[in-house]
Amino acid sequence: MSENSIIEVGDLKAYYKTRHGDVKAVDDIGFFVKSNEIFGICGESGCGKSTLIKVLYGLIEPPLKVLSGHVSIDINDKKIFLKYNNDVNNIKKLWWNEMSYIPQSSMNLLNPTAKIEDQFIEILRKVDKRTTRGEAKKIVQKSFDALGLPREVLSSYPHQLSGGMRQRVVISMATILNPKIVYADEPTTALDVVVQRGILEMMRELQRKSNNTFVIVTHDMGIQYQISDRVMVMYAGKICEIGKTDKIFQTSTHPYTKLLIESLPRLGDKSERRSIKGAPPNLLAPPKGCRFHIRCPYATQECIEEEPPLVEILHEHYVACFHPLG
Amino acid sequence: MFSPSGVASEVMSMNYPLLETINLTKVFKMGGIFKGSSFRAVDNVNLKMEFNEPIILSIVGESGCGKTTLARLLLNVIQPTSGIIKFEGKEITKMKKKSEILEFKRKVQPIFQNPFESFNPLNTVSRYLYASALKLQIAKDKEEAKEIVNEALISVGLNPEVLDRKPHEFSGGELQRISIVRALIPKPKLLITDEPVSMLDASIRMSVINLFLKLKKESNTYFIYITHDLATAYYISDFVAIMFRGSIVEYGFAHDVLSDPLHPYTEMLLNSTPDISKKWTGRVILSGLELKEFESLGCKFWRRCPYASDKCKLTRPEMIEPKSNRMVACFRYQ
Repeated sequence: MSENSIIEVGDLKAYYKTRHGDVKAVDDIGFFVKSNEIFGICGESGCGKSTLIKVLYGLIEPPLKVLSGHVSIDINDKKIFLKYNNDVNNIKKLWWNEMSYIPQSSMNLLNPTAKIEDQFIEILRKVDKRTTRGEAKKIVQKSFDALGLPREVLSSYPHQLSGGMRQRVVISMATILNPKIVYADEPTTALDVVVQRGILEMMRELQRKSNNTFVIVTHDMGIQYQISDRVMVMYAGKICEIGKTDKIFQTSTHPYTKLLIESLPRLGDKSERRSIKGAPPNLLAPPKGCRFHIRCPYATQECIEEEPPLVEILHEHYVACFHPLG
Repeated sequence: MFSPSGVASEVMSMNYPLLETINLTKVFKMGGIFKGSSFRAVDNVNLKMEFNEPIILSIVGESGCGKTTLARLLLNVIQPTSGIIKFEGKEITKMKKKSEILEFKRKVQPIFQNPFESFNPLNTVSRYLYASALKLQIAKDKEEAKEIVNEALISVGLNPEVLDRKPHEFSGGELQRISIVRALIPKPKLLITDEPVSMLDASIRMSVINLFLKLKKESNTYFIYITHDLATAYYISDFVAIMFRGSIVEYGFAHDVLSDPLHPYTEMLLNSTPDISKKWTGRVILSGLELKEFESLGCKFWRRCPYASDKCKLTRPEMIEPKSNRMVACFRYQ
């Protein structure tokens, strides 16, 4: 797809198996992520963005099931091609060292009964069993300094830290081994705006310094605008649009992206904002054709009957719509 | 001074602000491993909502600034440690008679953050709505309750057929509108809404916000809109109060405060908002000192303030009015 892509995803289908049927959270999508970029994935709740990032990281637990598709990860010029049905354990070998994951709630990653220091040593020893406590401390302190964390944090338990500090500890953990890919799922959603900005800027700085790749999932369009280089908009398990972030916010071509961005209130602007009519479809039985057609003011018969493919309408700008806006 | 009879107070109340707090303070004592320590969740708050034409007052602050505690105090759900809250001139904490308390509940209604927690998942929403009408004694019987609920549903643009559905059959936005319907049943004067749209998706958030504006205009309802989101506060409110660690640090017309902030904290909040019309410039400093800020002797913000002087560390700045209609608690303007 692109010569400098680090992640390539094709025909990926990941469903939740429930007693009511399959919830089609990620339904036959393909895209690529370039190396040395911050790639944002956004969309409303239930659009499949979190499911997608879990699948990419190999966190596939029932009822989530990957039905088909492949992902190839290009690390150090060594292509790792994964058929997700049976290769999940191969992905797990890459954890921490080559790719890491920052969850929304830091307590999902931190062990509440162990000191922060011991948790870092455990991670560092996964790579080199002979790492001594002194060596580990040196490595961690360097990372803490970069993130503005006081050293006392090392000897604390997670519950003694505020949410913002815990999230910084998690970011430190996720980047300490300098992995090629860092996945982050709503990394700052539970935090206050000032702390949020500080953490996002730290993440961007880390990325720029080590030239690795960050994949950031967040519903907050403002965050995408501020920190991602390219952004992918999802709706009801499908990709609507992928493009350079500035371009998407300037001239979105998919009606969903456009209406979503137009609905956002902005500081200093009191002009009327409107919600998009209706609600996202039930993913147990998504509609035929374009999944947005029920709410789309531009929908035609074609949109009801056929599913629009994702096509490159301009250089590096992909959109899945029969009637893209100019 | 206050008339005990409901009818007379209705007439007299015009002379008083709709809502007023005087040196309102709530101190929480901590248990567990922090036993013995206490912190001021709401610290000397003075607010006034005049009673002439409906307004929306936003109370903006980050988590732990005391905004939810303030809402609970105003709703008379918890008791203040000290200070006074007056609604239509009457001290709400001194209401003893059942009729007075009922009257207050009819006039002041809450809307909470998570609509899915407001409803019993096993019952149809109609049961909850009818029960509200009966409990507040707005309706004498179920027939009357039905009529009132239908009227409230139509006023927010919902079809009465939603009554037979259960909470899980709604999206967050629809269910939040139903909790607004519930709050509207007694035709309240004041709605106290605590982060009412933060659980909703961006594409439907504005439908709830626009509904508030419509109710303000068409039903003369006053609003207190508690939020951490500056962009919706700017869009919806007439006045805004910025809260930091229990205190109000800045107050004024929403447009003035949010386009030309006086307090350094307001400035920092504005600069940190991920707005889609302006990219961030510069950097922010993060502190690891959240709890210490509550106990600060002087200005609670001095540790993070780029303009702090020795005076700020030792003396708490009072609210002053450096320009007309602008209130700020900062020594820079003295």
